[in-house]
Parts: sequence; structure tokens; C-alpha cells
Amino acid sequence: MIFSRFKPFVYLFRQPRHSVGLLSFILLMALFNSTAQAVTARQFVDLQQGDSAFKGYRRAHAKGICIQGAFHSNGNLAEYTFARVFSKGTSEFNGRFSIAGNNPYAPDLKAPVRSLALNFAMSSTQVWRIAMNTPPVMAVTNPTDFYQQLQAIKQGPQAIKSFFKQHPESQDFLNWKSGYTATNSFAEETYHSINAFYLIDQQGQRQAVRWYFKPVSGDTKHQAFEGDNALQQELISRLSAAPVRFDWVFILAQPKDDENNPAKRWPAERKHIVAGQVEINQWQEQLKGACHSINFDPLVLPPGIEPTQDPILRARSAAYAESYHRRAKEALKGAFEEADNE
Amino acid sequence: MNNHPLKFSLSMRIMHWAMALLIVAMLAAGLSMVGSLDPWQFTLLNLHKSFGIFVFILVLIRLALRLKSRLPELPKALPSWQKLAARSTHSLLYLMMLLMPLSGYLMQYFAGRPINVFDWFYLPASIEVDIQAFAFFRELHGYSALALILLIIIHVAAALHHHFIRKDSVLRSMM
Repeated sequence: MIFSRFKPFVYLFRQPRHSVGLLSFILLMALFNSTAQAVTARQFVDLQQGDSAFKGYRRAHAKGICIQGAFHSNGNLAEYTFARVFSKGTSEFNGRFSIAGNNPYAPDLKAPVRSLALNFAMSSTQVWRIAMNTPPVMAVTNPTDFYQQLQAIKQGPQAIKSFFKQHPESQDFLNWKSGYTATNSFAEETYHSINAFYLIDQQGQRQAVRWYFKPVSGDTKHQAFEGDNALQQELISRLSAAPVRFDWVFILAQPKDDENNPAKRWPAERKHIVAGQVEINQWQEQLKGACHSINFDPLVLPPGIEPTQDPILRARSAAYAESYHRRAKEALKGAFEEADNE
Repeated sequence: MNNHPLKFSLSMRIMHWAMALLIVAMLAAGLSMVGSLDPWQFTLLNLHKSFGIFVFILVLIRLALRLKSRLPELPKALPSWQKLAARSTHSLLYLMMLLMPLSGYLMQYFAGRPINVFDWFYLPASIEVDIQAFAFFRELHGYSALALILLIIIHVAAALHHHFIRKDSVLRSMM
């Protein structure tokens, strides 16, 4: 009889004290089950850090340089958001230029992706963290596919080729890639939010946006550098002459644009608004600057800006937290003591 | 001599069971969200933080209630080591109930992340980020959670032991 298999359960119902144990067991199993199928933050960061992690450093974008500067808002975005940073005026920030990869000593010019991250700490209750990359879109739309993309990159050109073939949604990314040439300078790249966010206005209306930082070219010619630290040296040399400037440009989505899809570019005719100019004027080595302690989690947002449901955006927060937790523990255990004694 | 009530006061019983539910939910949320990359993770994380503040306030009220009310006595027949075990478990449970929200808030404070409480107001964070202080409170938060889970298991096991094996009035005094 099939019921004989359930004898232990009948016993449990007669013994209430055991059913408590059973109940907690079922709850635990449900918990594990719900997380078992999807890629976890740990798996993700394990893949990023590779076989030997650089203790105390970020697991992704490990190599970078700290910066400081100010954003001069022209007030053009203020009708779309009550975020204080976009009312007319100046907000100071600190931040970080970095290159993709897990190696804090990697050669600058070989990295496929460059990044600019900012931290606006406007007050103790208003903070905005921004993490931008050179590509305008992701190749994929969810963290599981992104995990497989990273695996394919590690496996080599053949694997990544067949990965893109299986993922037609990567078309916009591939189009961008074929037209992109890396420059010799952090200051001459365009940096994109990639994911979309909502601007919230005084009436509570929301507008989906993406944004990018567009380099403002100065008049002076700049020397190109070579070697492992070419990008950092170039930046330092520029900053010794003049501030590095970017226009902060917002792209406004139309209702038919899917703000939750980070792989799809919005049509070029969408409204663009220049919200003001970002001016970078100081730098520090990353271990000596304020940026090293900061987790540039793009979901740290001030009132007036809210996240979309974009699965990659949501996943970034958890993955960054896992990376931050790992290096924070290492920092607590004195990962940089040797460096400090030098 | 016999002025000890048989049951905990109604307010303390309500507080106990409401907080039991809240705390188990907080622990489940905490454990599941640290690993997840799913879109609900961020929403759950914000709820966890908001409810953390709420639970902290409840713990303070509950401690005040406990200090000013008369409590049922432990059964006279109970061996003294079990009385001691009961008292220490209860003290440790209160300690963990205080440590959990405090360490949770302080880790966010030193990471420079203001806490949005139910979309109602923000709790302040440090302008300067201190990664080592973050790490200390992040570890404290994690280990306190494990200690709290262990204490809850001991607490539940002891309550069931009183009710089903010793068949005394301890569990009923909280019903």
C-alpha cells in the first residue's frame, strides 16, 4: 500500500513536538530550494575573482584610481526629479576610474571595459552611488545569462562566439562593440549608466531614463602613455594641467521603450537633456583615497531617483555586496598592513 | 509569598508571539537575501532594514514591560542548573535581540548607506565610509544571527520539553 510509505508522517501528527521539527525542516528545504536553481551572489563573485583572489581588493574592477570633483547642475533636469543634486547649483563628489578585471596590477590598455563610479554624499541621509561603464547596453538581460557570458569569456573566443549566437538579444551590444575603439585616456571615453532608473518629480510622476557622461574635449593636446599604468598616468598628467570635464546627458524613455531590458538601446531620436557638467580636479592612489572603502552599489539612491525592475540592475546590488563583504573581511584582518608599512 | 502570577501578562504574551513571528521572518529574509541575485532581493532587503528598526523599538518596549511586570515563577521542582540555564538563555535572547538591529544599523552606517524606513524617513549614515568598521559590524551581525538561531532552537526545545515531558505550566504561562 502506498500509504505505508507515509507511516512516519502519521507518527509525526500523533507526536506534535516532532512536527515542529518537521515544519522547520520543510521551511529550510524550501529556502534552499528557492535559491538552488538560480545563480547565487557567491557563485557570481567566485567566478569573477577566479582561482586566486587579490586579498582586500574588489573582485571586479580591481584596478582603479580615486578622484574628486564637483557636478555643476544647470537645473534642466529639475522638472523631472526633486533629487537635490539636479536643482541648479554645485554638488561635490568623490569617485573612481577603473578597468574591468579582477587583477589590481593588470595592464590598463588591455582591459575591454573602462568605468567611472561616483559617490555623492550630499548629507547623512542623501547619498547617491553611480557605477558607469563604456558599453551603453548589456549583452544579456538577466544574471543567469550574464553568468554564462562570463563563463564563455573565460573559456575563450570560440565559446563567446557561440554564446552570442545563442543570444540574439546581444545584437545591440555587438553593434556597439564593432563601432567602438578604445581611447588612450579615461577622460575621452563615454560612460553609460547601462541600466535604466526612474526620475521622480514633485508630483510623484516617474520618467524612465538612462544617462551617459560625454567627454568635453579641451583645447590642449595630450601626451599618450604606454605601459601597465598608461591610463592612470595619462589622467594624472591631464589633471595637473586642467580639470577633466564631462557633460551629464539624460535619455528620456518613451512608453514603448522597455526600461527593464538592459540589452536594448532606445531609439536615437529619444529626447536628450544635458543636466550639467561634471568637473574632476583631484586624484589619489586607490589605496590612499576615499574611494577604496566605497561599495559603488547603483541601488544606493537619493530621494527623487528610483530603480527599475531590470533584473541585472537588481542583481548588481547583491553581487557588489558579496564582493564588498569579502574584501571588507580581508581589510579587517589586515590585508593591507604590509602595504601600509612600506 | 504567592504573589507570582500563573501567566505572563496579556501585553507580554502578545509581544512575545508577535516578535517571535517577526524575528523568524527577519532571520529567513536575512539568510535568503544574502545569496540571491533575484529582483525581489532589493525589495526584501529594504523591508528587512525597515522592520529591523521596528523590532528594535519593540524590544525596548518589551524590556520595559518585563522590568515593570511581575513574572510567573519557574516550577519549584526544577533543578537549579535548569533554572540557571533558563535565565541565561532568556538574557542572551534579549542581548541578541538588541545586538541584531544595532549591528545591522551600524554596518549600514559605516558603509555610508542611509536606511530608507518604510519610504517614510531616512536614518543617517556616515559621510566618510569606514570599510573596517563595516566589516566588524557585518561580522557581528552574521554571527549574532547564528547565535540567535541557536538560542531560538534551545528556547523552543526547552518549552516543548516543559510541556510534553515535564508536563508543567511553563509553556501555558505564555499561551
